[in-house]
Amino acid sequence: MTDRSTRLLLLASVFVIATCGLVYELVAGTLASYLLGDSVLQFSTVIGVYLSAMGVGSWLSGFVSRGEARLFVRVQFLVGVVGGSSSALLFVLFAHAASFRVLLYGLILVVGILVGLEIPLLLRILKDRLEFKDLVARVFTFDYIGALLASLLFPLVLVPHLGLVRSSFLFGILNVAVGLLTLRVLGDGGRWSASMRVVGLVLLALLGGGFAASGRILAWSEQSTFSDPVIFARSSPYQRIVLTRAAGDLRLHLNGNLQFSSRDEYRYHEALVHPGLARFPRAREVLVLGGGDGLAVREILRHDNVRHVVLVDLDPEMTRLFRSQELLVRLNGGSLDSPRVTVVNADAFSWIEGATNRFDFAVVDFPDPSNYSLGKLYTTAFYERLGRVLAPGAAFVVQSTSPLVARRAFWCVDETLRASGFVTEPYHVYVPSFGEWGYVLASREPVPFRFHLPPGLRFLDPETTAGLFRFPPDMDRVPTEPNRLNNQSLVRYFEEDWAKVATTP
Amino acid sequence: MNPRRRTFLKAGAVAVAGFGAFPFVPRTRARIAGGMAGPDAGLGHRFRDGGFPEPSATESTNVLVVGGGIAGLATGRELDRLGRRDWKLLELENELGGNASSGRNAVSEFPWGAHYVPLPGPEAPEVTTLFEELGVIVGRDPRGLPVYREEYLCHDPQERLFVDGRWQEGIVPHFGIGARERLRIEAFLARMGELRSARGNDGKPLFAVPADRSSRDPAWLALDREGFVSPELRWYVDYCCRDDFGAASDRVAAWAGLHYFAARRGSAANAPGHAVVTWPAGNGWIAGRLRGGAGERCVPRTAAFRVTETDGGAEVWAWHAGAARTVRHRARHVVLAVPQFVAARMLGPDGAAGGRASGVYSPWMVANVTLRSMPPGRGAPPAWDNVLRESRSLGYVMATHQSLDAVPRATVLTYYQPLDEGLPAESRRVASGRGWESWRDQILADLGPSHPGIADLVERIDVRVWGHGMICPVPGWLWDGRRGALAKPRGRVHFAHSDLGGMSLFEEACVQGVRAARDVVARWEGKIDA
Ligand SMILES: Cc1cc2nc3c(=O)[nH]c(=O)nc-3n(C[C@H](O)[C@H](O)[C@H](O)COP(=O)(O)OP(=O)(O)OC[C@H]3O[C@@H](n4cnc5c(N)ncnc54)[C@H](O)[C@@H]3O)c2cc1C
Repeated sequence: MTDRSTRLLLLASVFVIATCGLVYELVAGTLASYLLGDSVLQFSTVIGVYLSAMGVGSWLSGFVSRGEARLFVRVQFLVGVVGGSSSALLFVLFAHAASFRVLLYGLILVVGILVGLEIPLLLRILKDRLEFKDLVARVFTFDYIGALLASLLFPLVLVPHLGLVRSSFLFGILNVAVGLLTLRVLGDGGRWSASMRVVGLVLLALLGGGFAASGRILAWSEQSTFSDPVIFARSSPYQRIVLTRAAGDLRLHLNGNLQFSSRDEYRYHEALVHPGLARFPRAREVLVLGGGDGLAVREILRHDNVRHVVLVDLDPEMTRLFRSQELLVRLNGGSLDSPRVTVVNADAFSWIEGATNRFDFAVVDFPDPSNYSLGKLYTTAFYERLGRVLAPGAAFVVQSTSPLVARRAFWCVDETLRASGFVTEPYHVYVPSFGEWGYVLASREPVPFRFHLPPGLRFLDPETTAGLFRFPPDMDRVPTEPNRLNNQSLVRYFEEDWAKVATTP
Repeated sequence: MNPRRRTFLKAGAVAVAGFGAFPFVPRTRARIAGGMAGPDAGLGHRFRDGGFPEPSATESTNVLVVGGGIAGLATGRELDRLGRRDWKLLELENELGGNASSGRNAVSEFPWGAHYVPLPGPEAPEVTTLFEELGVIVGRDPRGLPVYREEYLCHDPQERLFVDGRWQEGIVPHFGIGARERLRIEAFLARMGELRSARGNDGKPLFAVPADRSSRDPAWLALDREGFVSPELRWYVDYCCRDDFGAASDRVAAWAGLHYFAARRGSAANAPGHAVVTWPAGNGWIAGRLRGGAGERCVPRTAAFRVTETDGGAEVWAWHAGAARTVRHRARHVVLAVPQFVAARMLGPDGAAGGRASGVYSPWMVANVTLRSMPPGRGAPPAWDNVLRESRSLGYVMATHQSLDAVPRATVLTYYQPLDEGLPAESRRVASGRGWESWRDQILADLGPSHPGIADLVERIDVRVWGHGMICPVPGWLWDGRRGALAKPRGRVHFAHSDLGGMSLFEEACVQGVRAARDVVARWEGKIDA
């Protein structure tokens, strides 16, 4: 290779290095703002740390007395690996690292120092091939243009089209490629060069793999938040649905909250449905709100008197999943495809407003009132509307969180139902994966205390059922404010009660 | 290290920090749709400069109402209640409602101005009656307290304040302020609580809504400013005055400042006394219901520009923009439900007599910001009213807050800013010269700190400037006798507008409208002499 083309290649690598260097910096800043918020602060501190790390890098280069070319190749490989995988790493570790900031700034420091080493090393490699005046002028020009290119590429092309994870892998690949090129141009053809070439190629393959698998990286990052292997994960417009499975135990998580474990869900669902429905041997029309998993419907269908079940669940993705996934269909007995069942995907509040049906029994199985939007589904306004779609003498049951952990929240649901003009019968059950769990049965008039339980139940018999309605002193009624749209008392009780558990180990 | 590289990176850091979220904000901004909404400026100019032709047609009606804001619509409704259905209402704009008008897009309805009404107290039975008829009040509990329709009561959480980098619940400052500040605020609020139940020497409440039903006890009418020294308290009082009057506390009469705190005596069976009713469309919901009852009798896009008394009635000349012609409307009675400075112009040469054109009106800017999803923010979750401590704006009201959907997604924020940096005339002039881009940039910059990355979520920003948004109760306007005189009919021409009540409030507009309708009918039946 001629000296001229060697020079050109080396100058070209200045350009690539400069681009990569700025891209890593921008990636770190953007990611920090994504994950930590407050972008101005994040960008300023990231840039500050990065700049000083680069300073440290160039200062360190002063201690290198020989073998610049070899070191330069090593640095390229290192920058490629660390910088290239930085955003994937940060994404994956965000949920777990006890101190995410230490990790973030650690990575920035490492990359900054390495990038700071690059240019001084290159200057020294080139100094024998160029006049000093030319050298400085050209290197700085390429450096400048590279940085400019990065600052344009990043917002206009990389982020919108590739995304952060893929972009950093791409630039990692470029760094490694520069390393390999340098090896080719300056290498001595000896054993060292040969083995470094292999290292470089392996790194290229790894980074290429990372680039290709970027799509799945976010899924992996989720995997680690669950203790069991994730077998299904999908984001619907409404929620993140994740299924895990270990040793025959299938679990459903919505937005990270456990919905059921296949080991003991029968306890939860039998208790949800039968203590109420078994007292209406002539019930024909039944409504289920929430419960897109079809497990409550499975229990309802055990009652031969029930002719028709309407299930209203917000999320079509949920009902589709529980109709098509084999394991899940086995669990709910194909209930959602029963000819006696109509599935409606709609928002419960507005659906009820327009409903013309009259139901003999209703099951209200919404997620816990952990935010103000969900809290609305537990208000007097909601129960009054629900009352309008019930036949005379009908009843409904409401899943009401844990009377042991969230005692005030549980009794608040009861109080709200009473304030809406219903007679209530609170009860509770023990579900191992959940703990002590509560329900409230509500009706306009008292319902006879006689249970016509269907055959085939695993948990309930008449005696157990009757026992569910007794509350020991530590879960007994406490005075609460009814939950209304304009006070959302339930969400406040719920948050405070659960916060107490979260802080006591 | 390469010095140039260093400068470059530094410059980059500054540029990035300056742009806020990311270095690609300009592209984001270019993507945001929207524009200036609002009244037809051409019509307004012609109204001012007298550029309308002579009438080419004549129509008659018993009562002609001019102005389709709450006052005008309430006039029509009360006439119906009194069995006088032969009336017509002319409104300048395409939409009815005036300051209580609203808009809608695929995401939500949203207010263009007024957005809530506090629970009416015992001094405003007209409002209570209206609320009963509209189904806002659905019944009474055994104690006789009104039961409000729960959906219409402002849902919880009602308010939050962005201060010191995070949102706190409620807008009375309580984070990061000293114990002394807190005590001062508490003492102030306690004092206001006392004033709320206090009565003057005539047995009437010191402060009432409508203001005319307050005590005339001279000791209180002469009230001047009480010295409040705490800066946090000062901010809070300023916020409240700007919220209700569009001007800070140093520009409004002390009586009006206290009125904000001490006049609300509403009660409900199912809500605390300080609750408010609101809808996604704001008071546009009420305007819509009133309009629905009026039907075809409302004539939009019509600028009335001249009112004269005639034998046995009055005549109004109005330019009908749709038909592009001027119509002479003959009526036995005319109700001018427009601001007094507008009425003064319609009345011709002596229209400004008695100070009719002397009111001070605060200009406002209202923007509806449509977002792809709820904006992220630190601290307390989104509330109905979201106030920014360090801002010239009042923050925003979330139009979707009253929606009952379980999972909030896209949303519309109604952003409010009283334009009170200069005197009203000056601010009005500056505002009318500002383009949409300038408002857009200001709004995004203002919301940036409380909602990092919000620009990426914004789909459109629609801006409306209200040149004469609210009557401002500057010292004197309330109690120097001008208002009372101006509210009196001139022959067959009656007046009804919230500015005559003294303050720009729904209740004032409603009571003014009801009063005018009753006056008209009383005149008609000869109970009042000409
Ligand atoms: C930004 C803003 C926010 C507000 N928020 C609240 C709030 O939350 N709560 C509250 O109680 N109050 C609020 N207000 C006060 C509001 O002004 C009153 O509540 C009420 O809506 C006033 O009604 P009005 O009928 O008296 O006047 P306007 O609404 O001013 O009605 C006058 C009508 O006359 C029409 N008109 C004018 N000239 C002519 C003409 N030549 N020919 C025909 N028609 C004409 C106008 O177009 C308008 O429709 C707010 C006001 C503003 C500006």
